[in-house]
Amino acid sequence: MAISFTLNGKSQSVDVSPDMPLLWVLRDTLNMTGTKFGCGMALCGACTVHINGEATRSCITPISSVAGKKVTTIEGLSADGSHPVQQAWMEEDVPQCGYCQSGQIMSAVALLSKKPNPTDADIDDAMSGNICRCGTYQRIRKAIHPWQLFPL
Amino acid sequence: MSPVAMLHRRDFLKKSATGGGALVIGFYLPGKFEALATSPPAGPAALNAWVRIAPDNTVTLIIDKSEMGTGVTTSLPMLLAEELEFDWKKVKFEFAPAATQYFNPIFGLQGTGGSTSVRASWEPLTKAGAAAREMLVAAAAKKWYVEPSACHVDNGAVVHNGSGKRLTYGALAEEAAKLPVPANPALKDPKNYKYIGKPIKRLDTAVKINGKAEFGIDVRLPKMQHAVVARCPVFGGQVKSFDATKAKAVRGVKQVLQIPSGVAVLADNTWSAMEGRRALQIEWDEGPNTAVSSDSIRKLYLENAEKTGAIARKDGDAEAALAGAAKKVEAVYEVPFLAHATMEPMNCAADVRADGCDIYAPTQFQTFNQNTGAKLTGFKPEQVRIHTTYLGGGFGRRAEQDFVAEAVELSKAVNAPVQITWSREDDMQHDFYRPATYTKLTGGLDADGVPVAWKCRVVGPSIMSRFFPGSVKNGLDGSSVEGIVESKYAIPNFFCDYVLTETGVPVGFWRSVGNSQNGYITECFIEELARAAGKDSFEFRRRLLANAPRHRGVLELAAEKVGWGKPLPAGQTRGIAVRQSRHRRGADGKRNCLRPHRCLEGTDHHRQGTRRTAQFQRLRNAAP
Repeated sequence: MAISFTLNGKSQSVDVSPDMPLLWVLRDTLNMTGTKFGCGMALCGACTVHINGEATRSCITPISSVAGKKVTTIEGLSADGSHPVQQAWMEEDVPQCGYCQSGQIMSAVALLSKKPNPTDADIDDAMSGNICRCGTYQRIRKAIHPWQLFPL
Repeated sequence: MSPVAMLHRRDFLKKSATGGGALVIGFYLPGKFEALATSPPAGPAALNAWVRIAPDNTVTLIIDKSEMGTGVTTSLPMLLAEELEFDWKKVKFEFAPAATQYFNPIFGLQGTGGSTSVRASWEPLTKAGAAAREMLVAAAAKKWYVEPSACHVDNGAVVHNGSGKRLTYGALAEEAAKLPVPANPALKDPKNYKYIGKPIKRLDTAVKINGKAEFGIDVRLPKMQHAVVARCPVFGGQVKSFDATKAKAVRGVKQVLQIPSGVAVLADNTWSAMEGRRALQIEWDEGPNTAVSSDSIRKLYLENAEKTGAIARKDGDAEAALAGAAKKVEAVYEVPFLAHATMEPMNCAADVRADGCDIYAPTQFQTFNQNTGAKLTGFKPEQVRIHTTYLGGGFGRRAEQDFVAEAVELSKAVNAPVQITWSREDDMQHDFYRPATYTKLTGGLDADGVPVAWKCRVVGPSIMSRFFPGSVKNGLDGSSVEGIVESKYAIPNFFCDYVLTETGVPVGFWRSVGNSQNGYITECFIEELARAAGKDSFEFRRRLLANAPRHRGVLELAAEKVGWGKPLPAGQTRGIAVRQSRHRRGADGKRNCLRPHRCLEGTDHHRQGTRRTAQFQRLRNAAP
């Protein structure tokens, strides 16, 4: 039976096993590969998307639980990389290998939409579930801090 | 032989024009270690192309090193831009196919590792840029009936000095490609560098913040099947029998078949393949390593630490000096096996067809991939086309061929494109780990606390025995003792030997290889000697480095920056160490509370393309 939800502002319907994680629906059924597979256990944050605005690990989110909800992925953040958080990432040259960065950015956007002026402790709280093997943490923090410079 | 020296025996600058009036230029560099590659690709010394200039003045650079976070898609273009002076805003890049002209001159095969990317590319790319510039200038001079010396280049155009006439590279490329290639193009004086050594922003950031950078795991081919493999939980074990009935009943599973590494489940999506694998019933023949455990390995190491090993370095007579020493310090350092844990798990897509094979891989060693593909399919290496994607980390893991072989075997077996994906558990459980080692050290101090003897024995498995067996001579694997034997500390009696000890656990290149544990071991033991001598950590090292000015220089710089000798706030401590790894010397001065509070450092790079990316990597290395 088809499961319907809103994906990056457009209605989307998929006919897959109801327990298939959203991650694999995105990556393999819809070929939207910006959301990454890192661990499959919500331990690394690479698969982070927004469900109704909340940062959510798509690798352990069954597609059935997404029915009727609004999903935003890295592809839906902006058409051209112009989202202020993406721009802050550009400004700081945050990525190295880049694999974790979709998840990092989605977590940062969710944080900043609630707390436009986060403290270091807020950033640690919100971002500590997003692992970066290259160790870009200093620049991630730097990119998040000047958020107040950008209008929401 | 250095890359510089190798340039003198090059097949210099073969060139050709490609479609669209493009200028293509490059060098062929015969490799230093050609004999080490199992079978270098056959065929003529084809032209090597790094620069294409289109009529619209867009410059496309071919990146022949793998981008795994180090920033080669920026540092290598900088080398070309320095001499070619194209419009940086109009630069594009592509990853190179597998071909002999892209051989890394330090390895003699196409590959990225050992911190060689900028070192190995420096001469060929700056020369390629300079030669292309001279050809473009010559083409403009010919058009204007003036001497080339009356022209200069400026941001993607040739300009006539007197009149100020200007022609873009794009307008000149087609003519330039027909001109002879200068054998010895003039290179810039480094003091005039505009790009090299400057903090230039990365060219790959834009695609890494919008989800569009294509990593290996993101490759999507028409009619591609997704596969996972169940591998024996014991290293070296094999499938005895399996029952796929339940696995085949999982929605989306297409087929189940046995390959050399285990039982593969193929499905129309990765998750179905993983679910199918969970439903497999497999009986394993666990092979020779059933009884191997951390305890049994440690026991073996302890036994072997009493044996005589292959001598890695011997200065003076360490035994005699120890016997006469006023004070002896003994220590054992044990380090564990370490997985690479790249953020992007192992994966590869392959498409084996009647006319050839395409391999799409996040790979560090394209030549090995080509050989692997050729061996498994019966095609010639040149029929195996390697498409290098972005790599979600490499650290040496992606020098291996296991994930590539699985994709090729499966695509061949099912006659369709197949992408193999490893789960995180697969990735951790079936790695080629950094060797666990057991290192026994004895140091001797004279009555004044000056070190007179250093004796150490390294026990552990050998990476090179599997990877480049020809390089292991008389039981000595240089990678196991690197980071110890190059010690610049002036200790007159120095002895290091190595007892090659295989454990059944596969080992491989992990980040800085031997340096990663031996740097830590050496610096810790020097510190132990300093404390036993009652000396200051910095002064003790500094004195021993009297004849190693570059090491001493970075040590002094770090000490200065970290405020060595000055009082510290309560709750903070401070330490200092100096290392050389891969032509780069670094010293860290650390002030620690629970986590490093500040990490200041001095570095002395032999050559460093972009200060920014080099600094990023050092910061990572200094992270807790």
